[in-house]
Amino acid sequence: MILAQVADATAGDTGVGEAIVFWILGPVALAAAVSMIFARNAVHSALFLVMTMLSLAILYMMQQAPFLGFVQIIVYTGAVMMLFLFVLMLVGRDSSDSVVEVLRGQRVAGALLGLAFALLLVAGVGRTMFAVPSTGLGSGAANGNITGIGRLIFTDYLLPFELTSALLITAALGAMVLAFAQKKPKAKLGQRAAVVARLRGDRISPLPGPGVYATANSVAVPALLPDGSIARESLSDIIEGHEVDETPRPPSDAHSLQGRRKELDS
Amino acid sequence: MSPTNYLLLSGLLFTVGAVGVLVRRNAIVVFMCIELMLNAVNLSLVTFARINGTLDGQVMAFFVMVVAAAEVVVGLAIIMSIFRTRRSSSVDDANLLKY
Repeated sequence: MILAQVADATAGDTGVGEAIVFWILGPVALAAAVSMIFARNAVHSALFLVMTMLSLAILYMMQQAPFLGFVQIIVYTGAVMMLFLFVLMLVGRDSSDSVVEVLRGQRVAGALLGLAFALLLVAGVGRTMFAVPSTGLGSGAANGNITGIGRLIFTDYLLPFELTSALLITAALGAMVLAFAQKKPKAKLGQRAAVVARLRGDRISPLPGPGVYATANSVAVPALLPDGSIARESLSDIIEGHEVDETPRPPSDAHSLQGRRKELDS
Repeated sequence: MSPTNYLLLSGLLFTVGAVGVLVRRNAIVVFMCIELMLNAVNLSLVTFARINGTLDGQVMAFFVMVVAAAEVVVGLAIIMSIFRTRRSSSVDDANLLKY
């Protein structure tokens, strides 16, 4: 508000104070924008963009647009950039850019095109808009900036304003549809259906538990079957199992049916 | 100093954003560059409002902000769903909108 009042005092032309603020914040915004491009880390890019947006917000306030300045800080740096950071953290902070050029010479061409575009813009704007008389908003915003913008939105721009509400609802729904993980939940079986499925299936008993040893007692070690071989079913599919030596087959027990049969065989 | 300087700054910021879109490969950084271009245009709209002495330019900038917010939400959701299926956020890897 104070900034806007200072700017109001020098309605049309810019005052000295505004010139000082511009020559400090303008280069800061530009430098932050350039470093945003060159930053390898995407999080650094986001923070540089926040810096540019904050400088622009103060420039808006200097230009008799305090409402837009605060909306810039709240919506852009507060909401949009935080959304960017959330997505960066979800997608993976270290998803850095690939250095491989898919199209040869594309970066150089892009930089040259940008340079030419900047020259064109600066030359055109500088030649045509130089020493343009600026009327300033002193008369247009008699009751203050926010009142004036509110009156305009709810009279002349009422239809576009209503359309933005439809746009925002559509965007929120679209984001929910797109970001929703389409993982189909397993069909829930009833008790009777579960029993039937188990009896019809190839395994009736529950899966064996993990092995318990003197050296390890964890779900990552498999159980051993009575003959010393590893029970594959005792390992979970998700957990990466540890190596367990198959115990050497014990000398066949005279009382065990299997051992006796083996002895008979040999 | 005349308000033209703001226009020059806005043109330069727009150029930086455009070069970023052309040069960078990370989809999220490309998206940030688009945001920068929108911001640059907003600055020029605010400056035009001041030069003309009417508030219409500021209302336009306000609408641009609303549309940009909606665009960011949908765009980031698309980037996330592409990352979920392709495990990459590079614009070179995405060549299909489905699967």
